[in-house]
Order: sequence, then C-alpha cells, then structure tokens
Amino acid sequence: MERTKPLSGELAKLRDEVLGYALDYGLDFYPVVFEVCDYDTVCILAANGGFPTRYPHWRFGLEYDRLAKGNTYGFQKIYELVINTDPCYAYLLSSNRYVDQKLVMAHVYGHADFFKNNAWFRHTDRRMMDVMANHGTKIRRYMDRYGQDTVEEFIDTILSFENLLDVNVLFQGEVKQATSADEEYEHKDERSQVLRSFMNSKMARGEADEDVVERKKTPLELLDDEVRGTRDIMSFLMQHAPIEEWQADVIGILREEAYYFLPQRMTKIMNEGWASYWHSKILTKKALNSSEIIDFADIHSGVMAMSKQNINPYKIGIELMRDIEYRWDTGKFGKEYQECTNLQEKENWHIETNQGREKIFEVRRTHNDITFIDEFFTEEFCNRMQLFTYKYNSRTGRNEIETRDFKEIKSKLLNQLTNFGSPIIEVESANHKNRGELLLRHVHQGVDLDLTQASDTMANIYKVWKRPVSIETVVEDKRIRYIFDGLEFKEDK
Amino acid sequence: MDHPIKRDHARFRKIIKGKVRDNLRKYIAGGEMPIPKGNGQFKVPMPSINTPRFRFGDKSQGGTGQGDGQPGDPVDGQGEPGEGQGEPGEAGEQEGEKALDVEMSLDELASILGDELALPKIEPKGKKNMESTVDRYTSIGTVGPDSLKHYKRSFKEALKRQIAMGTYDPNNPVVVPIKSDMRYRASNSKIEFENSAVVIYMMDVSGSMGDEQKEIVRTESFWINLWLKSQYKDIEIRYIIHDATAKEVDEDTFFRTRESGGTLISSAFKLCKEIIDADYNADEWNIYPFHFSDGDNWSAEDTKVCVDLLKSSIIPNSNAFFYGQVESRYGSGQFYKDLSKEFGEKHEDVILSKIKNKDAILDSIKEFLGPGK
Repeated sequence: MERTKPLSGELAKLRDEVLGYALDYGLDFYPVVFEVCDYDTVCILAANGGFPTRYPHWRFGLEYDRLAKGNTYGFQKIYELVINTDPCYAYLLSSNRYVDQKLVMAHVYGHADFFKNNAWFRHTDRRMMDVMANHGTKIRRYMDRYGQDTVEEFIDTILSFENLLDVNVLFQGEVKQATSADEEYEHKDERSQVLRSFMNSKMARGEADEDVVERKKTPLELLDDEVRGTRDIMSFLMQHAPIEEWQADVIGILREEAYYFLPQRMTKIMNEGWASYWHSKILTKKALNSSEIIDFADIHSGVMAMSKQNINPYKIGIELMRDIEYRWDTGKFGKEYQECTNLQEKENWHIETNQGREKIFEVRRTHNDITFIDEFFTEEFCNRMQLFTYKYNSRTGRNEIETRDFKEIKSKLLNQLTNFGSPIIEVESANHKNRGELLLRHVHQGVDLDLTQASDTMANIYKVWKRPVSIETVVEDKRIRYIFDGLEFKEDK
Repeated sequence: MDHPIKRDHARFRKIIKGKVRDNLRKYIAGGEMPIPKGNGQFKVPMPSINTPRFRFGDKSQGGTGQGDGQPGDPVDGQGEPGEGQGEPGEAGEQEGEKALDVEMSLDELASILGDELALPKIEPKGKKNMESTVDRYTSIGTVGPDSLKHYKRSFKEALKRQIAMGTYDPNNPVVVPIKSDMRYRASNSKIEFENSAVVIYMMDVSGSMGDEQKEIVRTESFWINLWLKSQYKDIEIRYIIHDATAKEVDEDTFFRTRESGGTLISSAFKLCKEIIDADYNADEWNIYPFHFSDGDNWSAEDTKVCVDLLKSSIIPNSNAFFYGQVESRYGSGQFYKDLSKEFGEKHEDVILSKIKNKDAILDSIKEFLGPGK
C-alpha cells in the first residue's frame, strides 16, 4: 500500500533549490528523503512518532484519533514531520501551498542538521526504521503466542515507567537490546533468579523470613549494592524483576524506543529554534519570491505566536539563537563585557568580532535545552521576551502572574527542563526491609509529585516486581514514605 | 489493505467502549452526562485511560508564559496556539496529560447502555408504524433515460451479443452496443417503516421535590431519551410540570421550576391526555408517558381520578405507562402503593419504579426499559 509518493516535477526542483541554499549555509546532514502524502497519512505517521510501522498498540490509535479529528491542535495543521534516521525521512503535505513547502523543506534541513550534529543524538540508532519494524514483528509474535490482551496489558503497565530513564545512558551507547527478532528464545532465563530464589527460600521456610541473619551477603543484598542509585528503572526491572523472558524483551523494546526519543525531548527548544532560524534565514534571504512574502510572514508569525500559559519553544529557541549570533557578532560576550558596569557603554557595546554564525553552530553541537538556557538566557533577553512565571492561586481558583523577576523566571525554566520535565526517581533499595521489597527515592527538587498518579504507577511497578513497592518523597516540605503493598497505597511509618 | 494503525484505532475504540461500560454505573450515579455535540455525536469525558506516571502535581507547580500583564493578573485566557506547534516527530511521546474526551455516536452510547442493562430491542407496537415507500436504484432495467445509462452493463451485453453472433474479434476488440444492449439503472420500490415515538415527561414540582430529586429525574430522562432515540427514527419529547395545576413547558423550565403548594397528579394526567388527543394519533405513534413524583398526592379522591384517566385513555393509547417514584425526605410514597394496589407490582402496561438515590438510577432505567415496551 503506497501512501506516500516521492517528490517529482516542480517540488523536486524546489527541493534541489532549497537543498542548495542549506548546503551553502554550511548545514550538514544525512541525505533527506522527502515524500508527499495526504493529510490522513500525515496523521497516521505522526501518531506513530513519524514511523510507518510500530508495534500494535491502542495508544497509537488514540493519537491518530486525536490528530485526525484535529482535537489536539484545534484547527492547526501538522506542517512538518521529520524523523531522525539515515537517510532522514520527511513528509510534505500534498495539499500545502508552494510557499508552505519551501518553508517546510528549509525547516526540515535545519532539523536534519541538528539530528546529525547535536551531541545528545550521537548514539541514537539511525536505522530506527528497521528497528521499529522489527519491534512490531516481535510484539505481534508475542501476541500470537500469549494473546493480544495479555501482551497489550503488559505494555500498558510498562508504559507507566516510560519516563523513568537516566539521561546519562545516552552517552554510554548501550541502549540497544541484546536480542534480535530471531534469537529471542535462545537465552536461558537467568534474570530473575535472585528474587526467585529469595521467594523460594521464603516459601520453604514458611513465613519466618525475619531470621535472615548476617552471614555472607545474600544474593539479594549483593543485588541491592549493585543497583542502589540507578535511575534507569526500566533497565533495572528488565534485568532483575521476576518476569518471563518475553516480558523482559517487551521492556527492552519499550526502553529502547523511549531512549531513542529522549534526545528530542531534551532539546525541544534548541531543535525547534535551530530549524526555525534556518527556515527564516533561507526563505527571507534566498528562496522567497516577492509575491510570497505576505504568506510567509503569516505562517511564520503563526509558528512564533506566544502564549500566556506556556513558552513557545519555537519562539524562545529562534530568538535565543539570534541573540547569541548578534552578541557574538558585536563582541557582547566574555569577561570584559560581563564586568562592564557602565550601562550606557554596555548598551552601545560594539566590537566587530563577527563570530556569531560560528558560535551558533557550536551551540547546536554541544548544548541541550538546560545548558542552553543556563548559559545564554540573559536578563536583557528575558525582559525583551516579556516572560513571567505564574502560579495557581487557590483563593481565586485561577492561575495568576507571579513575577517578572529574571532570576526566578530562569530558575523556573531550568526546573521545568530538569530531567526532561520528569521527576527524578532512583532505586534506593532492592532489598528493602530485608524482604526483597523495592524502595524508590524521589529526588525532590522543590516540586511535589502528583500522588494519585504516583499511587497508580506504583501499583504497576508492583505488577512487575511482585513485592511491595515504596517511595520516599517530600510532600509539603515533609519527608514521607508511601508504600503500595499489593492492596493499598498508604503512608509507611 | 489499510494501514495497521486503523486496527490500533479500532482497538482503542473498543477499549474506551469497554471503559465507558465499566464506568457506566459510576458515571450515571455521578449525574454526569455526555455532552451532545450536534451531528449525533456525544463527547464523553474519559479521564481513566491515561497511563499513570510519576509526574509533578501541576497546580502547585505553575509555569512560565509570555505576554503582558502585572503580577496578580490571571493567565487563564487561552493563549492562541501557534500553527505548526507540537512537533509531530514526537507525537505520542508527549505526556498525555489532558483529560481525554472521546466522541461517541448516539448508537454507540445506546448500545453500551443496552449491553450493560441487557435491554431488549423495542418492538414498536402492532401496526402502528407509518409505512412509506422509498425508491432505491438497486436494479437494472432495459429502458430508462440516458442519464441513468449503465455503461459497463451495456457494453457487457454488447460483448455477449457479439460473441454469440461471432462478430467479436479478440485481435481487434471493438465492442459497439446497439439499442437492445443498453441497460439502465432502475429503481426498486421498498416499503420502509417509519417509527415515530413521543415521550411525555410529567413531574411533580411541588416543594417536596428537591434539587437532588430533580437531578435524578434529569439524569434518568437523559438516558431514557438516549435509548429511545436509538430505537426510533423520529422522536419528540414533551414536558409537563404540575403541582395542583399542570402546564406544558420547555425542557429548561421543566428541570428548573420549583413550586410550592399542593399536588394534584390528575392535573398532569389530564393535560397528558389532551396532548395525546391533539397531536399524536395512537395508530401512528409510539407513546411513552413518564411520571415522576415523590409519591404524595393531595387526596385519595384525586388518585381515583388518576387511575380512571390511566385506564380509560392513557394506557390504551400508550406503549406503557411509566411511574418513577423518587424518594424524598418529605414524601410518603403513597402513590406508588396506590398504583401497585390497582395494577399490581407487575403489570404489563404499567411499569413502576422506586428510585432511592442516584445509585439506583441505572436499575430504575432497567425496570422501565427492560420489558422492551
């Protein structure tokens, strides 16, 4: 079934033209394959994270439902879709105007350059198209063997921990799983021996499990030492939970896909800023006909629209890139400039350094959103962008502007970006209470957990670990430990 | 072959249908109702399908925004979403935080209700269906206007004829239809039954019917309507409120009005009879009179009048007569006793139901619609 078509005729010519500009500007990317398709196909692909084939799961259907009905984005269209592979695939909507296609192509080359060069993407698997297809095959095979409901339910459970990742793993380049589609059954099941042997011995000795006294370290104690502090919870469960081989494989699959998408979540502002910078540059300087200026301005301003509730990553990203370029062109950086106390002199500071372009290329290579904001988000920029923080006021029952103070805005932004916006959860003990229970620790950085969600998540972890699960966190400045013991979620005193 | 995601989509629809069914009782007891969206679709809030995750409690967290305004100014005004925002490259990776609304068609919702309560399909009564003839172009004829010419069939006939006559040459496959080969789309007349139904809701709005009681009636009537709409092609709904006197009102007034004063149920029944006589020929309409009260009538005398009205006019003209007694602190529930004494707890044409509280709504709907009248 062919849902997408290669470029031809005018569009192919246009692609060659835009490609030329992109290369002239020094963008560097794997070959980009553009395909043309209709809106339904764009929705399908977008629901699948850009990939033609994923494993079967209802959530892709849900996402498709949303996109197809336009619920998520109101009336706005999906303009561009590009995936990080080699070659890079990007999709053009056949119903778009010519000027839209130009903009999308230029934007896509920006993303493609970012995918190839940004440090956080270095270890992503560029053959993810095949990997995803293989995952689909494996999961379908498991569904045939163990039943669709069983497998899907297990996936539902595991998706609950999809955000319990350790960003450092991205640099260790070991996300890939050991098993390929064909060898899934050749391994002997050793992963869960530790916990199994614990349970067996417990059963053998009846309920008298209190007398596990000090001798040599038990396997569980050894495991406990090994895993303390790990934040790669998916990996931890995959290796050590008492689960079947196929279940471990499913965790591995989901984990691999989660890590594949992680760099995109960590560089949203930069990546969009970079792509927007380049579509703007290429179009306004090179590719636009004078008759297209108004249409371009219309689309571009739509993409850059600000919102009172969220910062628009496209807007903040492009403005920061431009600000950096300007500062490094005019010498507004470095010790001398920083230490200048004469406001007027500082404002009119202008030394022809012309390092701007070079600087932003360097920034796109070495930074992620956190370091990007941390290093380049200045007070002057913050004021110019009219940023503020807001907070929920329980008295009026609405969100209200809290402050326009630079330091607070910056720290709030950084907080939101920390750990790609997810709470940091780590294993504190895999042998909690010396009974093989799991104790997690929420590394509290000022914001409390959503406790309802937490309790449901812990119930899901319990399904995999099969022993009580506790978490240590902070609620309203009080250190508290909760336990899910298989029946209820309660405070553990 | 369509894209596999359509299977994911079908699966998703199946799952939410299951979820809605699982939660139906809770849902109905909570007084929640799907929001009609026009075009026969309903929006059903579905919070529980989201994948639970460790995440931050958002309210206390607040956020950052862009724009003008002073500290203390509200930021709830929806900012305009930027076009092209929401990088689709990671769709599905975004936290699915928004509570999910699912759209369901009337038939889907009704089938969920029907499955959950094991409701039988309603047999529209006797011959009291309107017959209408519908023309559908489902067959082929040899005569007709050019505009209905069926080219494929015409050429097929011509080909058959030429082969039979030996004038067809496969090496020069020219087929020329002549007049007798021509085929035309032709209509088949089909008789379809058009079932129409009218629901007449009557409610006691005297002082003893409080907000909770009316909420119950409102919720119950919503689901009853939903079911009846799925069973009949056309449906009309009329509303009567009464204390000592009765009047016909619109839906909004029906659920809002609160009066004090005595209660003469017969006044409503009289008006109901008048409405039926004036607008609804019982041979053509399926008629559903529902009466809700807390069971207090002014006098035994009036109850007698009610029973007479039911027997002489309302019951013979209706599919059944439905009485729902909503328990209230002040009501004695006498009317239920009177009716069941007169007609028996189980009477084919008089269906009685006691609705103790919101949790009992679903069972009451079952009592009303279960007989499939």
